[in-house]
Amino acid sequence: MNLDELYQEVILDHSKNPRNKTELENFTHEAKGHNPLCGDQISIQIIMKGEEISDVKFTGAGCAISTASASILTEAIKGKSKNEIEKIFENFHNLVTGNKTEEDLGKLTIFEGVQKYPVRIKCATLSWHALMAAINGEKETSTE
Amino acid sequence: MPLSDIKSDFPTLNQKINDNDLIYLDNAATTQKPISVINAVSDYYKKTNSNIHRGVHTLSQEATEKYENARKKIAKFINSNEKEIIFVRGATEAINLVANSYVRPLLKPKDQIIITEMEHHANIVPWQIVCNEKEAELKILPINKKGELVINELEKLINEKTKFMAINHVSNSLGTVNNIRKIVEIAHKHNVRILIDGAQAVQHIPVDVKKIDADFYCFSGHKIYAPTGIGVLYGKKNLLEEMPPYQGGGDMIKSVTFEKTIYNDVPNKFEAGTPNISGAIGLGTAIDYILEIGIENIAKHEAELLNYASEKIRKIDGVDIIGNAKDKASVLSFTIENIHPHDIGTIMDSQGVAIRAGNHCTQPIMDFYSIPATARASFAIYNDKTDVDKLISSVRKTIEVFR
Repeated sequence: MNLDELYQEVILDHSKNPRNKTELENFTHEAKGHNPLCGDQISIQIIMKGEEISDVKFTGAGCAISTASASILTEAIKGKSKNEIEKIFENFHNLVTGNKTEEDLGKLTIFEGVQKYPVRIKCATLSWHALMAAINGEKETSTE
Repeated sequence: MPLSDIKSDFPTLNQKINDNDLIYLDNAATTQKPISVINAVSDYYKKTNSNIHRGVHTLSQEATEKYENARKKIAKFINSNEKEIIFVRGATEAINLVANSYVRPLLKPKDQIIITEMEHHANIVPWQIVCNEKEAELKILPINKKGELVINELEKLINEKTKFMAINHVSNSLGTVNNIRKIVEIAHKHNVRILIDGAQAVQHIPVDVKKIDADFYCFSGHKIYAPTGIGVLYGKKNLLEEMPPYQGGGDMIKSVTFEKTIYNDVPNKFEAGTPNISGAIGLGTAIDYILEIGIENIAKHEAELLNYASEKIRKIDGVDIIGNAKDKASVLSFTIENIHPHDIGTIMDSQGVAIRAGNHCTQPIMDFYSIPATARASFAIYNDKTDVDKLISSVRKTIEVFR
Protein backbone atom coordinates (compact mmCIF):
# COMPACT_ATOMS: atom_id res chain seq x y z
CA MET A 1 0.00 0.00 0.00
CA ASN A 2 1.52 3.26 -1.07
CA LEU A 3 0.55 6.13 1.20
CA ASP A 4 1.54 8.74 -1.38
CA GLU A 5 -1.31 7.55 -3.61
CA LEU A 6 -3.77 8.63 -0.94
CA TYR A 7 -2.03 11.67 0.53
CA GLN A 8 -0.96 13.33 -2.73
CA GLU A 9 0.67 16.76 -2.68
CA VAL A 10 -2.46 18.43 -4.05
CA ILE A 11 -4.68 16.75 -1.47
CA LEU A 12 -2.35 17.77 1.37
CA ASP A 13 -2.24 21.31 -0.02
CA HIS A 14 -6.04 21.59 -0.16
CA SER A 15 -6.42 20.09 3.31
CA LYS A 16 -3.99 22.58 4.81
CA ASN A 17 -5.19 25.57 2.78
CA PRO A 18 -8.75 24.81 1.82
CA ARG A 19 -10.23 27.04 -0.91
CA ASN A 20 -13.66 28.64 -0.58
CA LYS A 21 -13.93 27.64 3.06
CA THR A 22 -16.19 30.41 4.30
CA GLU A 23 -19.82 31.34 4.64
CA LEU A 24 -21.51 32.38 1.39
CA GLU A 25 -23.56 35.55 1.43
CA ASN A 26 -26.94 35.41 -0.29
CA PHE A 27 -26.83 31.66 -0.76
CA THR A 28 -29.99 30.13 -2.15
CA HIS A 29 -29.50 26.57 -0.95
CA GLU A 30 -27.52 24.92 1.81
CA ALA A 31 -27.17 21.44 3.25
CA LYS A 32 -25.17 19.78 5.99
CA GLY A 33 -23.42 16.47 5.36
CA HIS A 34 -22.63 14.27 8.33
CA ASN A 35 -20.53 11.15 8.57
CA PRO A 36 -21.72 9.46 11.77
CA LEU A 37 -18.84 7.01 11.61
CA CYS A 38 -16.24 9.66 12.34
CA GLY A 39 -18.22 12.78 13.21
CA ASP A 40 -17.06 14.76 10.19
CA GLN A 41 -19.44 17.55 9.23
CA ILE A 42 -19.33 19.55 6.01
CA SER A 43 -21.89 22.22 5.14
CA ILE A 44 -22.26 23.38 1.54
CA GLN A 45 -23.84 26.68 0.55
CA ILE A 46 -24.61 27.46 -3.09
CA ILE A 47 -26.15 30.17 -5.20
CA MET A 48 -28.32 28.52 -7.82
CA LYS A 49 -29.58 30.63 -10.70
CA GLY A 50 -32.02 28.56 -12.69
CA GLU A 51 -30.11 25.37 -13.40
CA GLU A 52 -26.67 26.89 -12.88
CA ILE A 53 -24.61 26.92 -9.69
CA SER A 54 -22.98 30.33 -9.86
CA ASP A 55 -21.14 30.16 -6.55
CA VAL A 56 -20.29 27.62 -3.86
CA LYS A 57 -18.60 27.71 -0.44
CA PHE A 58 -18.17 25.21 2.37
CA THR A 59 -17.66 25.16 6.11
CA GLY A 60 -17.12 22.40 8.64
CA ALA A 61 -14.50 20.15 10.10
CA GLY A 62 -13.15 16.87 8.93
CA CYS A 63 -10.10 14.83 8.06
CA ALA A 64 -7.60 15.72 5.34
CA ILE A 65 -9.47 13.70 2.72
CA SER A 66 -12.92 15.18 3.40
CA THR A 67 -11.55 18.73 3.68
CA ALA A 68 -9.51 18.47 0.47
CA SER A 69 -12.44 16.88 -1.32
CA ALA A 70 -14.77 19.72 -0.31
CA SER A 71 -12.17 22.30 -1.32
CA ILE A 72 -11.57 20.77 -4.74
CA LEU A 73 -15.32 20.28 -5.22
CA THR A 74 -15.89 24.02 -4.92
CA GLU A 75 -13.41 24.61 -7.71
CA ALA A 76 -14.74 21.82 -9.90
CA ILE A 77 -18.43 22.67 -9.94
CA LYS A 78 -18.59 26.46 -9.97
CA GLY A 79 -20.50 27.65 -13.02
CA LYS A 80 -21.71 24.15 -13.90
CA SER A 81 -25.34 23.17 -14.39
CA LYS A 82 -27.25 20.77 -12.19
CA ASN A 83 -27.13 18.08 -14.89
CA GLU A 84 -23.41 18.47 -15.40
CA ILE A 85 -22.79 18.23 -11.66
CA GLU A 86 -24.88 15.08 -11.36
CA LYS A 87 -22.72 13.51 -14.06
CA ILE A 88 -19.46 14.62 -12.42
CA PHE A 89 -20.57 13.19 -9.08
CA GLU A 90 -21.53 9.89 -10.66
CA ASN A 91 -18.12 9.68 -12.30
CA PHE A 92 -16.35 10.79 -9.12
CA HIS A 93 -18.21 8.17 -7.12
CA ASN A 94 -17.14 5.52 -9.64
CA LEU A 95 -13.58 6.75 -9.41
CA VAL A 96 -13.26 6.49 -5.63
CA THR A 97 -15.10 3.17 -5.45
CA GLY A 98 -12.83 1.63 -8.10
CA ASN A 99 -15.40 1.45 -10.88
CA LYS A 100 -15.01 2.56 -14.49
CA THR A 101 -15.33 6.29 -15.13
CA GLU A 102 -16.74 7.55 -18.40
CA GLU A 103 -15.16 10.97 -18.64
CA ASP A 104 -11.90 12.55 -17.66
CA LEU A 105 -12.41 14.09 -14.25
CA GLY A 106 -9.50 16.49 -14.47
CA LYS A 107 -8.16 17.49 -11.07
CA LEU A 108 -10.63 15.23 -9.30
CA THR A 109 -8.68 12.17 -10.49
CA ILE A 110 -6.18 12.74 -7.66
CA PHE A 111 -8.73 11.00 -5.42
CA GLU A 112 -8.23 7.75 -7.32
CA GLY A 113 -6.02 6.47 -4.48
CA VAL A 114 -8.99 6.43 -2.12
CA GLN A 115 -10.32 3.24 -3.76
CA LYS A 116 -7.59 1.26 -1.99
CA TYR A 117 -8.83 2.54 1.38
CA PRO A 118 -12.48 1.43 1.54
CA VAL A 119 -13.11 2.99 4.98
CA ARG A 120 -12.07 6.38 3.60
CA ILE A 121 -14.43 6.47 0.58
CA LYS A 122 -17.08 8.25 2.62
CA CYS A 123 -14.55 10.93 3.57
CA ALA A 124 -14.07 11.70 -0.11
CA THR A 125 -17.79 11.70 -0.95
CA LEU A 126 -19.17 13.53 2.11
CA SER A 127 -19.10 17.02 0.57
CA TRP A 128 -20.58 15.67 -2.65
CA HIS A 129 -23.51 14.17 -0.78
CA ALA A 130 -24.01 17.53 0.94
CA LEU A 131 -23.86 19.33 -2.41
CA MET A 132 -26.42 17.03 -4.02
CA ALA A 133 -28.69 17.46 -0.99
CA ALA A 134 -28.42 21.24 -1.29
CA ILE A 135 -29.19 21.17 -5.01
CA ASN A 136 -32.20 18.95 -4.34
CA GLY A 137 -33.50 21.29 -1.66
CA GLU A 138 -32.73 19.02 1.29
CA LYS A 139 -31.28 20.38 4.52
CA GLU A 140 -29.28 17.44 5.73
CA THR A 141 -27.70 14.24 4.54
CA SER A 142 -25.68 11.45 6.03
CA THR A 143 -23.17 9.06 4.51
CA GLU A 144 -24.90 6.14 6.27
CA MET B 1 5.55 -17.35 32.74
CA PRO B 2 7.94 -14.62 31.57
CA LEU B 3 6.01 -11.81 29.91
CA SER B 4 8.44 -11.74 26.97
CA ASP B 5 7.17 -15.10 25.70
CA ILE B 6 3.54 -14.06 25.67
CA LYS B 7 3.34 -12.82 22.07
CA SER B 8 3.85 -16.32 20.72
CA ASP B 9 0.64 -17.44 22.49
CA PHE B 10 -1.40 -15.17 20.20
CA PRO B 11 -1.53 -16.41 16.57
CA THR B 12 -3.07 -13.22 15.13
CA LEU B 13 -0.09 -11.17 16.28
CA ASN B 14 2.25 -13.14 14.05
CA GLN B 15 1.49 -11.48 10.73
CA LYS B 16 2.45 -8.68 8.41
CA ILE B 17 0.13 -5.76 7.78
CA ASN B 18 1.08 -3.66 4.76
CA ASP B 19 4.51 -5.35 4.71
CA ASN B 20 5.22 -4.47 8.34
CA ASP B 21 4.99 -6.60 11.49
CA LEU B 22 1.59 -6.06 13.04
CA ILE B 23 1.74 -3.87 16.14
CA TYR B 24 -1.68 -4.30 17.68
CA LEU B 25 -2.61 -1.37 19.93
CA ASP B 26 -6.39 -1.41 19.72
CA ASN B 27 -6.91 -3.53 22.80
CA ALA B 28 -9.55 -1.31 24.38
CA ALA B 29 -11.73 -2.14 21.37
CA THR B 30 -10.99 -5.85 21.55
CA THR B 31 -8.07 -8.05 22.54
CA GLN B 32 -6.51 -10.85 20.53
CA LYS B 33 -7.11 -14.41 21.72
CA PRO B 34 -4.46 -16.79 23.09
CA ILE B 35 -4.21 -20.19 21.43
CA SER B 36 -5.56 -21.86 24.61
CA VAL B 37 -8.85 -19.95 24.23
CA ILE B 38 -9.07 -20.70 20.50
CA ASN B 39 -8.43 -24.40 21.23
CA ALA B 40 -10.98 -24.49 24.06
CA VAL B 41 -13.69 -23.20 21.71
CA SER B 42 -12.65 -25.46 18.87
CA ASP B 43 -12.32 -28.52 21.17
CA TYR B 44 -15.79 -27.87 22.49
CA TYR B 45 -17.23 -28.05 18.97
CA LYS B 46 -15.04 -31.01 18.01
CA LYS B 47 -15.67 -33.13 21.09
CA THR B 48 -18.36 -31.88 23.43
CA ASN B 49 -20.97 -29.90 21.47
CA SER B 50 -24.37 -30.49 23.03
CA ASN B 51 -27.14 -28.51 24.68
CA ILE B 52 -26.86 -27.86 28.38
CA HIS B 53 -29.03 -28.29 31.48
CA ARG B 54 -31.51 -30.68 29.90
CA GLY B 55 -29.90 -33.75 28.42
CA VAL B 56 -29.45 -37.01 30.27
CA HIS B 57 -26.88 -38.14 27.76
CA THR B 58 -23.16 -37.97 28.38
CA LEU B 59 -22.28 -35.10 26.05
CA SER B 60 -24.98 -32.86 27.47
CA GLN B 61 -23.70 -33.52 30.96
CA GLU B 62 -20.15 -32.75 29.88
CA ALA B 63 -21.21 -29.53 28.16
CA THR B 64 -23.19 -28.47 31.24
CA GLU B 65 -20.23 -29.18 33.47
CA LYS B 66 -17.86 -27.13 31.31
CA TYR B 67 -20.32 -24.24 31.09
CA GLU B 68 -20.97 -24.19 34.83
CA ASN B 69 -17.29 -24.62 35.53
CA ALA B 70 -16.63 -21.42 33.57
CA ARG B 71 -19.18 -19.67 35.77
CA LYS B 72 -17.31 -20.85 38.88
CA LYS B 73 -14.00 -19.54 37.50
CA ILE B 74 -15.54 -16.13 36.81
CA ALA B 75 -17.14 -16.01 40.25
CA LYS B 76 -13.78 -16.69 41.85
CA PHE B 77 -11.98 -14.23 39.55
CA ILE B 78 -14.02 -11.26 40.83
CA ASN B 79 -14.55 -12.74 44.32
CA SER B 80 -18.24 -13.52 44.12
CA ASN B 81 -20.59 -16.49 44.28
CA GLU B 82 -21.46 -18.51 41.17
CA LYS B 83 -25.18 -17.88 41.80
CA GLU B 84 -24.46 -14.20 41.27
CA ILE B 85 -22.88 -14.61 37.82
CA ILE B 86 -25.17 -14.22 34.80
CA PHE B 87 -23.90 -14.93 31.32
CA VAL B 88 -24.88 -12.24 28.82
CA ARG B 89 -23.69 -11.18 25.35
CA GLY B 90 -21.45 -8.47 26.73
CA ALA B 91 -21.35 -5.43 29.01
CA THR B 92 -23.94 -3.69 26.83
CA GLU B 93 -26.50 -6.43 27.39
CA ALA B 94 -25.67 -6.52 31.10
CA ILE B 95 -26.45 -2.80 31.43
CA ASN B 96 -29.67 -3.18 29.44
CA LEU B 97 -30.66 -6.10 31.66
CA VAL B 98 -30.24 -4.03 34.83
CA ALA B 99 -31.93 -0.99 33.27
CA ASN B 100 -34.95 -3.09 32.30
CA SER B 101 -35.27 -5.56 35.16
CA TYR B 102 -34.02 -3.61 38.14
CA VAL B 103 -34.36 0.10 37.42
CA ARG B 104 -37.45 0.32 35.19
CA PRO B 105 -39.89 -1.18 37.76
CA LEU B 106 -38.83 1.22 40.52
CA LEU B 107 -38.65 4.41 38.44
CA LYS B 108 -41.38 7.04 38.77
CA PRO B 109 -41.80 10.42 37.04
CA LYS B 110 -39.21 13.02 38.16
CA ASP B 111 -36.95 10.33 39.67
CA GLN B 112 -33.27 10.62 38.81
CA ILE B 113 -30.46 8.38 37.64
CA ILE B 114 -26.86 9.54 37.94
CA ILE B 115 -24.21 8.63 35.38
CA THR B 116 -20.96 10.46 34.57
CA GLU B 117 -19.59 12.60 31.78
CA MET B 118 -17.03 9.93 30.88
CA GLU B 119 -19.38 7.03 30.14
CA HIS B 120 -19.33 4.87 27.04
CA HIS B 121 -22.53 5.24 24.99
CA ALA B 122 -23.48 1.76 26.29
CA ASN B 123 -23.71 3.23 29.78
CA ILE B 124 -25.68 6.30 28.63
CA VAL B 125 -28.31 5.18 26.13
CA PRO B 126 -29.99 2.37 28.14
CA TRP B 127 -30.55 4.88 30.97
CA GLN B 128 -31.87 7.49 28.55
CA ILE B 129 -34.35 4.95 27.22
CA VAL B 130 -35.80 4.09 30.66
CA CYS B 131 -35.73 7.74 31.75
CA ASN B 132 -37.66 8.80 28.65
CA GLU B 133 -40.19 6.09 29.16
CA LYS B 134 -40.71 6.84 32.85
CA GLU B 135 -40.34 10.63 32.59
CA ALA B 136 -37.34 10.43 34.87
CA GLU B 137 -34.17 12.52 34.64
CA LEU B 138 -30.58 11.66 33.83
CA LYS B 139 -28.06 13.57 35.94
CA ILE B 140 -24.41 13.82 34.95
CA LEU B 141 -21.42 13.81 37.30
CA PRO B 142 -18.83 16.05 35.58
CA ILE B 143 -15.15 15.48 34.83
CA ASN B 144 -12.25 17.93 35.13
CA LYS B 145 -9.66 18.81 32.45
CA LYS B 146 -7.40 15.99 33.57
CA GLY B 147 -10.20 13.55 32.83
CA GLU B 148 -10.99 12.71 36.47
CA LEU B 149 -14.44 12.60 37.99
CA VAL B 150 -15.27 15.56 40.21
CA ILE B 151 -16.37 13.33 43.07
CA ASN B 152 -17.10 16.31 45.35
CA GLU B 153 -19.99 17.18 43.06
CA LEU B 154 -21.64 13.84 43.74
CA GLU B 155 -22.89 14.86 47.19
CA LYS B 156 -24.63 17.86 45.57
CA LEU B 157 -26.11 15.77 42.77
CA ILE B 158 -27.47 12.91 44.86
CA ASN B 159 -30.81 13.40 46.64
CA GLU B 160 -34.02 11.60 47.60
CA LYS B 161 -35.04 11.52 43.91
CA THR B 162 -31.91 9.56 42.97
CA LYS B 163 -32.93 5.97 42.29
CA PHE B 164 -29.82 4.51 40.69
CA MET B 165 -26.24 5.20 39.64
CA ALA B 166 -24.15 3.75 36.81
CA ILE B 167 -20.48 4.50 36.30
CA ASN B 168 -17.50 3.00 34.57
CA HIS B 169 -14.58 1.59 36.53
CA VAL B 170 -12.02 2.57 33.87
CA SER B 171 -12.72 5.03 31.04
CA ASN B 172 -12.29 3.54 27.57
CA SER B 173 -11.22 6.80 25.97
CA LEU B 174 -9.30 8.51 28.80
CA GLY B 175 -7.90 5.52 30.68
CA THR B 176 -8.95 7.07 34.01
CA VAL B 177 -9.29 4.55 36.85
CA ASN B 178 -12.13 5.85 38.99
CA ASN B 179 -12.17 5.71 42.76
CA ILE B 180 -15.02 3.22 42.73
CA ARG B 181 -14.94 2.38 46.42
CA LYS B 182 -15.42 6.00 47.35
CA ILE B 183 -18.27 6.45 44.87
CA VAL B 184 -20.06 3.28 45.95
CA GLU B 185 -19.70 4.41 49.56
CA ILE B 186 -21.39 7.74 48.79
CA ALA B 187 -24.16 6.03 46.80
CA HIS B 188 -24.85 3.56 49.60
CA LYS B 189 -24.83 6.27 52.24
CA HIS B 190 -27.85 7.65 50.35
CA ASN B 191 -29.38 4.18 49.86
CA VAL B 192 -28.77 4.35 46.11
CA ARG B 193 -27.87 1.13 44.28
CA ILE B 194 -25.04 1.30 41.76
CA LEU B 195 -23.84 -0.53 38.65
CA ILE B 196 -20.14 -0.53 37.77
CA ASP B 197 -19.23 -0.98 34.10
CA GLY B 198 -15.97 -2.89 34.32
CA ALA B 199 -15.50 -3.48 30.58
CA GLN B 200 -12.13 -1.68 30.65
CA ALA B 201 -11.09 -2.77 34.13
CA VAL B 202 -11.06 -6.55 34.68
CA GLN B 203 -8.33 -7.18 32.08
CA HIS B 204 -6.01 -4.57 33.60
CA ILE B 205 -6.43 -4.42 37.38
CA PRO B 206 -7.55 -6.79 40.15
CA VAL B 207 -11.30 -6.50 40.76
CA ASP B 208 -13.01 -7.65 43.95
CA VAL B 209 -16.75 -6.97 43.78
CA LYS B 210 -17.16 -7.68 47.51
CA LYS B 211 -14.49 -5.19 48.48
CA ILE B 212 -15.94 -2.58 46.11
CA ASP B 213 -19.39 -3.50 47.44
CA ALA B 214 -20.84 -3.07 43.93
CA ASP B 215 -24.53 -3.91 43.58
CA PHE B 216 -23.97 -4.81 39.94
CA TYR B 217 -20.71 -5.20 38.02
CA CYS B 218 -20.35 -6.15 34.37
CA PHE B 219 -17.77 -6.81 31.69
CA SER B 220 -17.34 -8.20 28.16
CA GLY B 221 -15.42 -11.37 27.38
CA HIS B 222 -13.84 -10.19 24.15
CA LYS B 223 -11.89 -7.41 25.89
CA ILE B 224 -10.36 -9.94 28.26
CA TYR B 225 -8.88 -12.38 25.69
CA ALA B 226 -12.13 -14.38 25.29
CA PRO B 227 -14.46 -14.69 22.26
CA THR B 228 -17.04 -12.07 21.26
CA GLY B 229 -20.67 -12.58 22.21
CA ILE B 230 -20.07 -13.53 25.83
CA GLY B 231 -20.03 -11.30 28.87
CA VAL B 232 -20.84 -11.24 32.53
CA LEU B 233 -23.26 -9.51 34.83
CA TYR B 234 -22.55 -9.85 38.52
CA GLY B 235 -25.41 -8.88 40.82
CA LYS B 236 -25.93 -9.22 44.55
CA LYS B 237 -28.03 -12.32 45.05
CA ASN B 238 -30.84 -10.65 46.99
CA LEU B 239 -31.21 -8.02 44.21
CA LEU B 240 -31.20 -10.62 41.45
CA GLU B 241 -33.83 -12.63 43.30
CA GLU B 242 -36.25 -9.73 43.62
CA MET B 243 -35.87 -8.70 39.95
CA PRO B 244 -38.31 -9.85 37.26
CA PRO B 245 -36.80 -11.78 34.32
CA TYR B 246 -35.21 -9.87 31.42
CA GLN B 247 -36.25 -12.28 28.67
CA GLY B 248 -38.61 -15.20 28.68
CA GLY B 249 -37.92 -18.60 27.15
CA GLY B 250 -36.52 -22.03 27.83
CA ASP B 251 -34.11 -22.71 30.68
CA MET B 252 -35.27 -19.70 32.71
CA ILE B 253 -38.34 -21.54 34.02
CA LYS B 254 -39.16 -24.29 36.49
CA SER B 255 -42.57 -25.09 35.08
CA VAL B 256 -44.85 -23.68 32.43
CA THR B 257 -48.61 -23.98 31.99
CA PHE B 258 -50.80 -21.58 30.05
CA GLU B 259 -52.13 -20.31 33.37
CA LYS B 260 -48.88 -19.83 35.24
CA THR B 261 -45.13 -20.03 34.83
CA ILE B 262 -42.73 -20.48 37.69
CA TYR B 263 -39.34 -18.93 37.02
CA ASN B 264 -36.07 -20.69 37.64
CA ASP B 265 -33.70 -19.65 40.43
CA VAL B 266 -30.90 -17.17 39.79
CA PRO B 267 -28.77 -17.09 37.74
CA ASN B 268 -30.78 -19.29 35.32
CA LYS B 269 -33.80 -16.96 35.62
CA PHE B 270 -31.81 -14.49 33.51
CA GLU B 271 -30.48 -16.93 30.93
CA ALA B 272 -33.40 -17.61 28.60
CA GLY B 273 -32.73 -19.84 25.62
CA THR B 274 -29.61 -21.76 24.68
CA PRO B 275 -26.70 -19.59 25.78
CA ASN B 276 -23.30 -19.00 24.19
CA ILE B 277 -21.84 -22.21 25.61
CA SER B 278 -18.56 -22.16 23.70
CA GLY B 279 -18.14 -18.47 24.52
CA ALA B 280 -18.54 -19.12 28.23
CA ILE B 281 -16.01 -21.95 28.05
CA GLY B 282 -13.65 -19.66 26.13
CA LEU B 283 -14.05 -17.00 28.79
CA GLY B 284 -13.27 -19.48 31.53
CA THR B 285 -10.11 -20.48 29.65
CA ALA B 286 -9.14 -16.81 29.17
CA ILE B 287 -9.40 -16.32 32.91
CA ASP B 288 -7.17 -19.37 33.46
CA TYR B 289 -4.65 -17.74 31.15
CA ILE B 290 -4.77 -14.43 33.03
CA LEU B 291 -4.44 -16.15 36.40
CA GLU B 292 -1.41 -18.07 35.17
CA ILE B 293 0.37 -14.79 34.47
CA GLY B 294 -1.19 -13.05 37.45
CA ILE B 295 -3.41 -9.99 37.26
CA GLU B 296 -0.99 -8.03 39.50
CA ASN B 297 1.86 -8.80 37.07
CA ILE B 298 -0.33 -7.68 34.17
CA ALA B 299 -1.23 -4.44 35.95
CA LYS B 300 2.45 -3.75 36.67
CA HIS B 301 3.58 -4.56 33.13
CA GLU B 302 0.90 -2.41 31.49
CA ALA B 303 1.49 0.50 33.88
CA GLU B 304 5.18 0.49 32.92
CA LEU B 305 4.28 0.45 29.23
CA LEU B 306 1.77 3.27 29.61
CA ASN B 307 4.29 5.42 31.49
CA TYR B 308 7.00 4.70 28.93
CA ALA B 309 4.67 5.54 26.03
CA SER B 310 3.27 8.66 27.71
CA GLU B 311 6.72 10.06 28.42
CA LYS B 312 7.88 9.45 24.86
CA ILE B 313 4.80 10.78 23.11
CA ARG B 314 4.67 13.89 25.30
CA LYS B 315 8.07 14.92 23.95
CA ILE B 316 6.83 15.13 20.37
CA ASP B 317 5.93 18.66 19.27
CA GLY B 318 2.24 19.15 18.56
CA VAL B 319 1.10 16.02 20.41
CA ASP B 320 -1.38 16.34 23.26
CA ILE B 321 -2.43 13.52 25.57
CA ILE B 322 -6.17 13.53 26.21
CA GLY B 323 -6.76 12.15 29.69
CA ASN B 324 -4.11 12.88 32.29
CA ALA B 325 -5.68 11.39 35.39
CA LYS B 326 -3.45 10.48 38.30
CA ASP B 327 -4.60 6.88 38.16
CA LYS B 328 -4.74 5.46 34.63
CA ALA B 329 -4.84 2.05 32.99
CA SER B 330 -3.73 0.97 29.51
CA VAL B 331 -5.23 3.78 27.43
CA LEU B 332 -3.24 6.50 25.68
CA SER B 333 -5.52 8.90 23.82
CA PHE B 334 -3.84 11.68 21.91
CA THR B 335 -4.23 14.33 19.25
CA ILE B 336 -1.69 15.75 16.83
CA GLU B 337 -1.95 19.43 16.00
CA ASN B 338 -3.63 20.02 12.60
CA ILE B 339 -3.91 16.32 11.78
CA HIS B 340 -7.27 14.62 12.01
CA PRO B 341 -7.26 11.32 13.98
CA HIS B 342 -8.57 9.43 10.95
CA ASP B 343 -5.57 10.47 8.92
CA ILE B 344 -3.34 9.44 11.83
CA GLY B 345 -5.08 6.05 11.89
CA THR B 346 -4.65 5.47 8.15
CA ILE B 347 -0.99 6.52 8.09
CA MET B 348 -0.12 4.42 11.14
CA ASP B 349 -1.93 1.42 9.65
CA SER B 350 0.23 1.70 6.54
CA GLN B 351 3.12 0.93 8.90
CA GLY B 352 1.37 -2.00 10.53
CA VAL B 353 0.42 -0.08 13.68
CA ALA B 354 -3.24 -0.68 14.57
CA ILE B 355 -4.76 2.05 16.71
CA ARG B 356 -8.29 3.38 17.05
CA ALA B 357 -9.31 6.76 15.69
CA GLY B 358 -12.68 8.29 16.48
CA ASN B 359 -14.87 9.29 19.39
CA HIS B 360 -14.61 5.83 20.99
CA CYS B 361 -18.36 5.77 21.66
CA THR B 362 -17.85 8.62 24.12
CA GLN B 363 -19.14 11.65 22.22
CA PRO B 364 -19.77 13.67 25.43
CA ILE B 365 -16.05 13.42 26.29
CA MET B 366 -15.11 14.75 22.84
CA ASP B 367 -17.57 17.62 23.34
CA PHE B 368 -16.04 18.32 26.77
CA TYR B 369 -12.57 18.74 25.21
CA SER B 370 -14.01 20.43 22.08
CA ILE B 371 -12.34 17.94 19.76
CA PRO B 372 -13.96 15.81 17.05
CA ALA B 373 -12.02 12.68 17.88
CA THR B 374 -8.78 11.29 19.26
CA ALA B 375 -6.25 8.71 18.22
CA ARG B 376 -6.04 5.99 20.85
CA ALA B 377 -3.38 3.41 21.56
CA SER B 378 -4.34 0.86 24.20
CA PHE B 379 -2.10 -1.81 25.65
CA ALA B 380 -2.50 -5.45 26.61
CA ILE B 381 -0.35 -8.15 28.19
CA TYR B 382 1.38 -9.03 24.92
CA ASN B 383 2.57 -5.51 24.12
CA ASP B 384 6.15 -4.52 24.88
CA LYS B 385 8.52 -1.57 24.65
CA THR B 386 9.35 -2.42 21.04
CA ASP B 387 5.66 -1.90 20.22
CA VAL B 388 5.74 1.48 21.95
CA ASP B 389 8.88 2.47 20.05
CA LYS B 390 7.09 1.55 16.81
CA LEU B 391 4.10 3.61 17.90
CA ILE B 392 6.30 6.62 18.55
CA SER B 393 8.18 6.36 15.24
CA SER B 394 4.86 5.98 13.50
CA VAL B 395 3.52 9.17 15.12
CA ARG B 396 6.65 10.97 13.91
CA LYS B 397 6.17 9.59 10.41
CA THR B 398 2.56 10.82 10.42
CA ILE B 399 3.70 14.32 11.28
CA GLU B 400 6.26 14.14 8.44
CA VAL B 401 3.59 13.25 5.88
CA PHE B 402 1.71 16.40 6.78
CA ARG B 403 4.73 18.70 7.06
